[in-house]
Amino acid sequence: MNGAQDLGGAMGFGAVVPEHDEEIFHAAWERHAFAITLAAGFTGQWNIDMARSARESLPPAQYLASSYYEIWFEGLQRLLIARGMIGEQELRAALAGQLPGEAPGVRSAEAAARRVAAKDVAAVLAKGGPTERPAEQAARFQIGDAVRTVVIHPAHHTRLPRYVRGKRGRILATHGAHVFPDTNAQGLGEHPCWLYTVQFDAHELWGPDTTASSVCVDCWEPYLQPDTPLDQTRDPMASAVSR
Amino acid sequence: MQSPNHTHPDAPLSEMDIRVRALETLLIDKGYVDPAALDELVDTYEHRVGPHNGARVVARAWTDPTYRAWLLADATAAIGSDEGFGFSGRQGEHMVALENTPQLHNMVVCTLCSCYPWPVLGLPPVWYKSAPYRSRAVIDPRGVLADFGLQLPTQTEIRVWDSTAEIRYLVLPMRPDGTDGWSEEQLAKLVTRDSMIGTGVALTPQALAAQQAST
Repeated sequence: MNGAQDLGGAMGFGAVVPEHDEEIFHAAWERHAFAITLAAGFTGQWNIDMARSARESLPPAQYLASSYYEIWFEGLQRLLIARGMIGEQELRAALAGQLPGEAPGVRSAEAAARRVAAKDVAAVLAKGGPTERPAEQAARFQIGDAVRTVVIHPAHHTRLPRYVRGKRGRILATHGAHVFPDTNAQGLGEHPCWLYTVQFDAHELWGPDTTASSVCVDCWEPYLQPDTPLDQTRDPMASAVSR
Repeated sequence: MQSPNHTHPDAPLSEMDIRVRALETLLIDKGYVDPAALDELVDTYEHRVGPHNGARVVARAWTDPTYRAWLLADATAAIGSDEGFGFSGRQGEHMVALENTPQLHNMVVCTLCSCYPWPVLGLPPVWYKSAPYRSRAVIDPRGVLADFGLQLPTQTEIRVWDSTAEIRYLVLPMRPDGTDGWSEEQLAKLVTRDSMIGTGVALTPQALAAQQAST
């Protein structure tokens, strides 16, 4: 979705401010927000694409005014409600500092059954969440192929940033088939697709207004179509003129 | 010494402290999370995993040509396998190493969120997750490098990598001059976190000495 998370090329945010000897967490609550987000995720009730989708669904003004862990915390609440792990009303009451009432509230036995104990945390982190899957089809593109990204503006989660839509690039690397975020975020399945690193000349993206030489973006196959530098079949007017 | 009636109370809890703890209590009460697992998670990323891991990888690549070739050909195995360093798992499942040269400077960003190679660099710094960096890195990397006090020759090619998928990138910075004969352990001290993101270069021996003198 064209949300506030899609920041590439946006302007007006000012200078990057590196911190000297930066703390990992800047407040006690950040530790807790980080840890409960990971631990709740361990119960397997959502995938990483759903988590990203939940965060970027925040209204743009709120997203941009929030710190990173505030965004995580908001995203976590949405996921817990969406997956039936917590009731909206009981959550609102708890966050407002009210004690739980007599009502039992919403609970997911499945999620509770998959609680990860402290002794198993290291193993879960070591396992991670690899996204490569066996390829069901041959790769459509090879290293060196000229490609053009599709122009899409889906209302759902996608990992094709706006600044590289409809742009010409070249396949720099292939990475096998990987879980496709656009369907995975919607609970529509993993639909593994070939994943490529596409190199874009910076001028193709920004015209003269850039100090980059090129930008490399990882693109799943559905984001790409073949392109030739002088593809006259694409534009009937161009072929008419050349005749 | 403080008198008993003049002790400092704990700082008042912020709004976010209260809200996050309220949700944490709910999650524990419902049986979804183990409170000890939360401590384990924080301890892992606050004290155990961090850029010192990536620095060891870089130092070995600087001293061992066979390892360097392996790292550039298959970073996932060279970093994550038992024969490598065993730095693997969450947010480092699929690794690619990018070699900086006098002609080419690589710089890594995630414009859409905050993708970052946790097993080798730990959790990302605030600036990496911030709008200024995410917005500007892909269009004006030289401007961003200037914010870090770094100016590269105009003829150096600057290649920016936007981490849009689950491939995680580690920049292999150039080995500083004046380090012939240094051990891996000594070299690792020159490898800063920012040099492995591409917003910095490795420390020179002089810069390291100055840094050590000031601490």
